[in-house]
Amino acid sequence: MKRKANVNTDLCVACGCCVKVCPKSAISVPDGVFAVVDSTLCVSCGKCAKECPASVIDIVGVHDEK
Amino acid sequence: MRSKKWYDYLWIFSLTYLLLGFVNILFAWLGMICFIAPLVISIGCGNKAYCNKFCGRGQLFSLLGGRFGLSRKHDMPKWMRSKAFRYGFLIFFFTMFFVMLWNTYLVFAGNQPLKQVVKLLWTFKVSWHWAYHGTLFSEGVAQFAFGFYSIMLTSTILGFVTMLLFKPRSWCVYCPMGTMTQLICKAKNVTKSQKSDE
Repeated sequence: MKRKANVNTDLCVACGCCVKVCPKSAISVPDGVFAVVDSTLCVSCGKCAKECPASVIDIVGVHDEK
Repeated sequence: MRSKKWYDYLWIFSLTYLLLGFVNILFAWLGMICFIAPLVISIGCGNKAYCNKFCGRGQLFSLLGGRFGLSRKHDMPKWMRSKAFRYGFLIFFFTMFFVMLWNTYLVFAGNQPLKQVVKLLWTFKVSWHWAYHGTLFSEGVAQFAFGFYSIMLTSTILGFVTMLLFKPRSWCVYCPMGTMTQLICKAKNVTKSQKSDE
């Protein structure tokens, strides 16, 4: 089980604060509606979760895709 | 961490804008950039590049709250992050904006004298005569400047207080421009996915 950032897309305000702090450029706001995490790049450092003003990002465990 | 780009310094523009309002109120018109640019970007490109990259106010708050450590960095209360509050604040903000436009019209039409006043938090009238040195145009041009600067200063105060209490960029959660551009992007992307379905 790996840990990754997970965005509550329903409550995300698409401000892009998470994009600015991500050290891996793993998060983006492609269509201006909500942030999307590239789980192949995410190292679950939690910087985005800490920065997010709407507190909609959590670091959660995800099962490895095989 | 990515390297700094030119647009990472737009907080200087936001700060200068606030200061210029104390020198000559007519500079308030420059604030129209902060209204028009996000709308043009969201309607034209279907994204929130303005919020994500160019918003100087957001940068100013993240600088003050983050680098200068003025923010408590607590979660905002749940009701403030709800859609009801965000959409409610958007409606309230634009109602007050149109009231301001109406007052500007009354001065243009000559039905009301120019009021050299900045209204803070839609309630407190602060005499602002020192920043008025006459205008070459109609007094309505100056009335709009006073009204528009009132809106900009009021929203900065609200954003500053929520920056102190909660996360640095808490303003972004209920910023009316942000909510509006997100709605535009939502609408655009619904039509985009409908087109690709066809």
